[in-house]
Amino acid sequence: MMEQLPALLILIPLLTALASPLLSYLSGRLVRCTALAALLAAVFCAVGILTRVLSEGTWHYRFGGWEPPWGIEYAVDPLAGALAVLITFINFMALIYAKTEMEDATRTKKGVFYALFLLTTAGLLGMTVTGDVFNLYVFLEISSLSTYALIASGGKRAIFAAFRYLIIGTVGGTFYLLGVGYLYAVTGTLNMADMAVKIQPLLNTPAVIVAIASIVAGMGIKMALFPLHGWLPDAHTYAPTPISAIISGIMIKVPAYVIFRMLYFVIGAGEGPVQQALTVIGCIGAAGIIHGSIMAIAQKEFKRILAYSSMAQIGYVAVGLSIGNVYGLIGALFHVLNHAVMKSCLFMVAGAVKWRTGEYRIDKIMQVSKKLPLTMFAFLVAAFSMVGLPPTAGFFSKWYLVLGAFEAGKWPFIVVIILSGLLNAVYFFRIIENTFLRKKEGAEAEAEEKEIQTATGLELPLTMLVPILILGAGVLIIGVSNQQIISQVIQYALPGGGF
Amino acid sequence: MIKEMLSSRVIYWLILVMFMLGPFGMILQKNLVKKIMAMNVMQVAVIAFFLVLGQKEGATLPIEIQGLMGAVNYINPLPHALMLTAIVVSLSITGVALALLLLVQKQYGELEEDELIRRMNQ
Repeated sequence: MMEQLPALLILIPLLTALASPLLSYLSGRLVRCTALAALLAAVFCAVGILTRVLSEGTWHYRFGGWEPPWGIEYAVDPLAGALAVLITFINFMALIYAKTEMEDATRTKKGVFYALFLLTTAGLLGMTVTGDVFNLYVFLEISSLSTYALIASGGKRAIFAAFRYLIIGTVGGTFYLLGVGYLYAVTGTLNMADMAVKIQPLLNTPAVIVAIASIVAGMGIKMALFPLHGWLPDAHTYAPTPISAIISGIMIKVPAYVIFRMLYFVIGAGEGPVQQALTVIGCIGAAGIIHGSIMAIAQKEFKRILAYSSMAQIGYVAVGLSIGNVYGLIGALFHVLNHAVMKSCLFMVAGAVKWRTGEYRIDKIMQVSKKLPLTMFAFLVAAFSMVGLPPTAGFFSKWYLVLGAFEAGKWPFIVVIILSGLLNAVYFFRIIENTFLRKKEGAEAEAEEKEIQTATGLELPLTMLVPILILGAGVLIIGVSNQQIISQVIQYALPGGGF
Repeated sequence: MIKEMLSSRVIYWLILVMFMLGPFGMILQKNLVKKIMAMNVMQVAVIAFFLVLGQKEGATLPIEIQGLMGAVNYINPLPHALMLTAIVVSLSITGVALALLLLVQKQYGELEEDELIRRMNQ
């Protein structure tokens, strides 16, 4: 059993996904329980894999016993293991949260929703643990396809947003496939470890340069790097809240991981084309940080602010990859973790506010903190983390990024990171001002909304409150224990296994 | 000589042209169905690219008929196998895209992008 964990990690969500629509004919609650159980099992699998990988090094799992490069290999190193834990955990939280979203859906719709959710999870996990570049493409499309459908379930405008994402996302996937084609043409292999060896003498050939360019372009579209981000704001805004939480927290991180994997582990960031690609990624990442932050200031809707802010935050990861020294990479990886936790928390808060007041517009949700004290406290913590105040998690990833940029002498990045911290403060302070401080005026105050009662007497249904509070506490815990996380997990995830 | 040039250079240029027709169509065409068609053209170009990689002059199918003939005499089957998967992926993407378009059509009664966006913002 223990030996099969990497396969189980993928197969449990995948098979449960196939079973969900069938189970939904029996009962809606049964589907939900099975889906939750499957994701919980996946969390345990991921944790089990990570602990073993941290103590024994990279875990090569051969599918069907076929030796690579002939068979498909799952190669789980500490980087992939840690990301798998993050994916399963955030998706588990989002799935708990999804209950209120699916309350009045029909049984069939519930079944399909949970099936798609689990498929997305399986696809994302597959992308992280696989050691085969083509297998990665298949998992990429599995996760993308189910996400398109999930976004479209958000209602009227969501359908067109999903269609737009589908068109743009497919271009991304196709570019990635083209890049894989070139890599296969020059190396004759699809296995990452094998390719890493065979590609070294060919680094400066045109084919490899084209391959790097296509893979970066393809994955750049998927992770919404600056000029390729057109799909992101609509998709994030109109998707159902738990889905917004996972596409912002996880979906845009995994392509960043793929770029990291391809450029640092497979092709090898030394001299030549990879370095140039990284410079480009850094520049557009920095441009994205500024553009996203400024656009976020201009928005009026809660979720739309968060969507543009996601686009800015993915820029930090890109900048970290581009800096490329130990501190820069630690900053990037740590920011993947931080942003996944805090942004999914923020999206869930936005959903909770919508549930309570029926409003997304931030000028309509005055003093919502009185009605939702715990939720808004979690929001406050996550917002401080986004701005980068110690001791929240966001401060430390920015600190490492600045340290890395300082060491590499890349001054423009330091300016951008600090400037964007200020811009973040502007738009989060606007939300904080509206939700905590501003009082309602005259007529509005009198037209008090109907009181919504929850079964437990708490401010929100338990299924919404618990994930928000866990993630909010997570932001603080990650911030306080950043030293342990970095020294025990992240440093082993770097190329070459740390310092 | 011409055959040599066709198989080693021209075919790749043709595939490149076909590949670029995809984004070109997706950007310029305003009709959403045409956008899907452009997307398919782009995917087919990549499929053709892989198949050309596996092709070999004068070689046969990699099946053992009368004993093995040595690797030189067989075409590379791997790209074909990969492209079967890619075709399935492209088929399912088209399926999802058409399903979304059905919903769009039901919702707004329109598939021309300009008009659609105008109606959405009303």
